[in-house]
Amino acid sequence: MHLTVNGNPHDIDVPAGRTLVDLLRDDLGLTGTKEACSVGVCGACTVLVDGRMVASCIMLAAQVDGAEIVTIEGVADGELLHPLQRAFVEAGGLQCGICTPGQIVAAKALLDANPAPTEDEIADWMMGNLCRCTGYYQIREAILEAARVSGRAR
Amino acid sequence: MTATRFHTPATLDEALGLLDEHGDDARLFAGGTAMVTLMKQSLLAADHLVSLQRVPGLEGVRLEADGLHIGALTRHRDVETSDLVRVYAPLLAHVYSRVATVRIRNAATVGGGLAHADPAQDPPAALIALDARVRIASRRSVRELPVEELFVDYYETALAPGEAITELIVPRQPADAGAVYLKFLPRTEDDYATVAVAALARIVDGRAHGVRVALIAAGPTPVRATVVERALEGAPITAEAVRRAAEAVVDAVDPLDDFRGSAGYKRDMAVVFTRRALERALGLSPA
Repeated sequence: MHLTVNGNPHDIDVPAGRTLVDLLRDDLGLTGTKEACSVGVCGACTVLVDGRMVASCIMLAAQVDGAEIVTIEGVADGELLHPLQRAFVEAGGLQCGICTPGQIVAAKALLDANPAPTEDEIADWMMGNLCRCTGYYQIREAILEAARVSGRAR
Repeated sequence: MTATRFHTPATLDEALGLLDEHGDDARLFAGGTAMVTLMKQSLLAADHLVSLQRVPGLEGVRLEADGLHIGALTRHRDVETSDLVRVYAPLLAHVYSRVATVRIRNAATVGGGLAHADPAQDPPAALIALDARVRIASRRSVRELPVEELFVDYYETALAPGEAITELIVPRQPADAGAVYLKFLPRTEDDYATVAVAALARIVDGRAHGVRVALIAAGPTPVRATVVERALEGAPITAEAVRRAAEAVVDAVDPLDDFRGSAGYKRDMAVVFTRRALERALGLSPA
């Protein structure tokens, strides 16, 4: 199969039952994406497939043949953090960090589709990105701040 | 995960041929959200996954004389955000928006969801209330079935071996109808319902007409509550009439005990949520 991950093309053979998260982590060595619940409920494994966020733990690698994937490794611009990443650091939107790649990729999908979301739109979109440390308020604040910063930059 | 082959046929005919060829060893594969989860938990095994991802013409929404035609591979999220669905079947757009999370709705397909036949899934409630049909194809025939007849038992459909759902046909929602979907979620917003009810009705000269009531998570299959519909059809709209009609729902449901509640509790909640849904659909309480 052929796919593009964070702008890099890959041609790779995978077994029929290989999940997308295993392809990314084990075959391509992109271990930023985490697998936690394994059943599509917790959001830790969120990646973008052709711009749409999906749970990579319940998607087969074979489903993304020909697709463009963005993972947490593709969010920053080299050493320069994405506004969301800076905002998560500044607002305390992370603590242990396990859920953070999924949070940031999901939030990126939100801001790509809706650059100035309301608090309710953030809560609705980020539902299912579970975090057991922050209590969510700082995550919401980080996304609002990133939207503000990005809005000023435009 | 036991799958040994992931087939990507280029036509529907080729896909149906693979189902015939491999019989019980093959499973039709769409968005994967349910099937991969079941396979990871060893609840489902299939040597041959027959993916529809390269088959053209199975995705998208179009309006025809008999209503909306929604391709079986259309993602939940694309139904929810479709302008056509929002205009001609707003209840359906809303109900698809209540399924799980955006991440799941971006992958799960309408045909895959129906074939999965999980009795706690949201969409059948609206589809049954809207008198929707599924189109089913095999290499031998094409047939249509009302959605309420698709589900025959717990995770079991009327699909025969070699058959595939290709399309949903949803009649236009009457513009003057009140339409409500109430989902009882005592745990979290993205959970499966403890019970949920879709209700649709028009008010003509103070009386209820075209009453449709369907429930999910209230038995081994989604169910249409014909007893409630009949009790209210043509009746003057009063709180008392609605209360009595809602109580009849106990004869339509057959809930299962699980960690979301006992069968008895769910039966009681089916009455409460049917009453509330009808009160809102008929303008007796704010929507």
